[in-house]
Amino acid sequence: MELDTFLIQVLNGVQYGLLLFLVASGLTLVFGIMGIINLAHGSFYMIGAYLAWSLSQHLGSLALAILAGVVLTVLIGMALEWLLINKLYHRDHLYQVLLTYGLILVFEELRGVIWGNDVHGVAIPEWLGASIRLTDTLAYPVYRLWISAVCLVLAVLMYLLIQRTRLGMMIRAGAANREMVQSLGINIQLVYRVIFALGVALAAFAGMIAAPVSSVFPGMGNQVLIICFVVVVIGGIGSIKGAMAGAILIGLVDTFGKVVEVDIGGFRVLPELAGTTIYLLMAVVLLWRPEGIFGKRL
Amino acid sequence: MASRGVRLAVLGALAVALVALPFVADKFYVQLATKVLILAIFVMSLDLLVGYTGLASLGHAAFYGFAGYLLALITPQYEAASLWTSLPIALAGSALLALVIGTMVLRTSGIYFIMATLAFGEMLFHVFHDTSIAGGSDGIYIYVRPVATIFGWLPFDFEKFTHFYFVVLVATLGVYAVLRNILDSPFGRVIVGIRVNEQRMRSLGYHTFRYKLACFVLAGTLAGLAGYLAAVQFGVVNPDMLGFHLSASGLMMLILGGMGTLVGPVIGAAAMMVLELVFQGISEHWLLLMGGFIVLVVLVLPHGLIGIVSRRGAREDPHG
Amino acid sequence: MAEPGARESVLSTEALSRRFGGLAAVDRVSIECRMGEVHAVIGPNGAGKTTLINLLSGDLAPSGGRVFLRDREITGLRPDQISRLGVGRSYQKTNVFLPFTAFENARLAAQSRLPTSMRFLRSARTYREVNEAAERALAQAGLRGREGVPVAALSHGEQRQVEIAMTLATGPSLLLLDEPLAGMGAEESARIVELLRKLVTDHAILLVEHDMDAVFAVASVLTVMVNGTVLASGTPAAIRGNAEVQQAYLGAEEPH
Repeated sequence: MELDTFLIQVLNGVQYGLLLFLVASGLTLVFGIMGIINLAHGSFYMIGAYLAWSLSQHLGSLALAILAGVVLTVLIGMALEWLLINKLYHRDHLYQVLLTYGLILVFEELRGVIWGNDVHGVAIPEWLGASIRLTDTLAYPVYRLWISAVCLVLAVLMYLLIQRTRLGMMIRAGAANREMVQSLGINIQLVYRVIFALGVALAAFAGMIAAPVSSVFPGMGNQVLIICFVVVVIGGIGSIKGAMAGAILIGLVDTFGKVVEVDIGGFRVLPELAGTTIYLLMAVVLLWRPEGIFGKRL
Repeated sequence: MASRGVRLAVLGALAVALVALPFVADKFYVQLATKVLILAIFVMSLDLLVGYTGLASLGHAAFYGFAGYLLALITPQYEAASLWTSLPIALAGSALLALVIGTMVLRTSGIYFIMATLAFGEMLFHVFHDTSIAGGSDGIYIYVRPVATIFGWLPFDFEKFTHFYFVVLVATLGVYAVLRNILDSPFGRVIVGIRVNEQRMRSLGYHTFRYKLACFVLAGTLAGLAGYLAAVQFGVVNPDMLGFHLSASGLMMLILGGMGTLVGPVIGAAAMMVLELVFQGISEHWLLLMGGFIVLVVLVLPHGLIGIVSRRGAREDPHG
Repeated sequence: MAEPGARESVLSTEALSRRFGGLAAVDRVSIECRMGEVHAVIGPNGAGKTTLINLLSGDLAPSGGRVFLRDREITGLRPDQISRLGVGRSYQKTNVFLPFTAFENARLAAQSRLPTSMRFLRSARTYREVNEAAERALAQAGLRGREGVPVAALSHGEQRQVEIAMTLATGPSLLLLDEPLAGMGAEESARIVELLRKLVTDHAILLVEHDMDAVFAVASVLTVMVNGTVLASGTPAAIRGNAEVQQAYLGAEEPH
């Protein structure tokens, strides 16, 4: 592999990883703090992508679509927590899995009813449409760099929110001791609602900014959900640091898995098997550190 | 709890109905019943993991689909495979796969276990979906069903739907009896103990990992039996047989029927099949109804249908 | 054999330690427990007594030091391995199978002594030696007549008795008992003290207990722990007369 293609793949891998981080961090926060496993998390990624596609057509601008989409998904998240998720706090994970699986079916079908089952493309905004020339033959799209930058900014904001703010303090305390927080008169119900809505909005936002590069298609939600599970298993659950490490690792492994052809003793490993490399990585991590790279050792 | 007499009467009536079905009902209903019984085997095997051992797997379809694929792959294109070789191969394949996956996923617990089982199931999905080893996303057709010939004698013929129904019925009853027996054995007591308090089982001297792994392999093998039978019935295998949706539906059938009982899975499988038909009759967007129904069941029916009849809740616990 | 000095050493530790972060919960503890002897470990709450038992039973891995069972080093073995070597432990917080009957609790414990439980064919009820061991243990713990009751329906004191019955049903030669009397009524306590007296003839017993009357009634060796370290160790009379112990623990205040 040439050095410049290698660099491009690294950039692609990191960008994909950062995007996965946005989705996975919501998943891991909601679990780490509220103890809820949310299978429908991926559906919000899909909903975000479809919102970006349909709203940008009505509003004429992707930026406006994203803004409206974020507001909308925050509201959806709060409503869901209020209607359903708060009934699950003291239930076994199994029931959380089932209820949120039911939500997946509802969201998939609603998506079909509202937007149909076609695959769509979303145009990159003009001001981000340029490419940076790397060599005479290779260029890298600015939009992908912009995705990475936005994700990084959000990651830093999330870190500051959790480490430096009053809400963050409540979040950390809530994760450690629900009863104590309640006895301090902090409205844990509200904190949970906000966290769940934030998780939903993060996933949807990731879907929105990914839409121009990944296209918009049915089933994209479950695909990203399962990859995020792999990210979380690898990184360790409840840990933002772990989600970041796992996401970047998966982003790189998945990207390179698709472009590198491996020769083993003359047998070319099928490039078709590229989709399984991330699972093999997960298998290795499970054998080596079953609690995840940044998880707490039991 | 219904009295013993009532229970026996219900079971007797059910047995008569099941045996009489092919003689009174249309092909459609016999095949539907066959499908329900096959799913019941699948859900019973899942119950062994989830309801009895407390291992909430979201990747159980992997073993079901893998056995189906093995049958499809060893069946010659225009000839029949032998039941007596293809079934053991399919079961052994599922068992081996469960051993490999179990060794990894059982190093985790709780929510990690759920995610890891889902991910490994998905890996299998990708292997069969993305590659050309088994027809990619279209799957493979099994044009000729396996034959059961032994030394020139054919005890039953899978091409006849009534024969196949009875074979599946016997298989279902057999799995029920085997599981009933196992649950009363020392092994069965150990796995239920693991569900209730795994740490205490360890301090009592049980190497719990081994028992969980044995249970995982057993459940995977029985799921393989169901998948093999499903492949025979439908004459086709495709990646959906391995996928996330079947695993989740299995869990749904289990909860709906009542987990931790062996009758619950049968009730759950039947109820879900009927509901699916009813919902499909109501609207082309029947999945919307199904999703809403699942949400509702979790909220209002945590012990399943059997929990309505049986006051002691869905999970049976051994009494000395 | 009757000489105390000649008694076989069953359990011994060398500088056993366990740190949680910067805190040394157990700090270079070396103790010994002999056959035919109740060795009581006492000390204020937070002294590291339960952590010590967890280190001995394998529930926790030590950060330093070594544990020997007779001549065999068992440092870092898993709880199930240590249990199978003849070490039975009871828990301070009742740790039983609540939905099961008292009998099934003891039966599961006794069943663990089968060479393997990978037995799928015969009903568990037909293993006579297992049933007998379970019944014996329940009777010893004073639960005769309560076998068929689900543990969740038993009184707190009775649940504590189930805890002890389970420990006995595994047929251990070394008992690690973590506050077996906590939560028991006077009558039940007296019964368990009586039971310990009987058991000690053919067991080695390490007892963590706050009930000082019981401790001085059964123990032949006492170790006082404070802040994870051994403050003093010796005969009950020596410990009673130890000024340091008086000040640090015994005389200062009743732990309850």
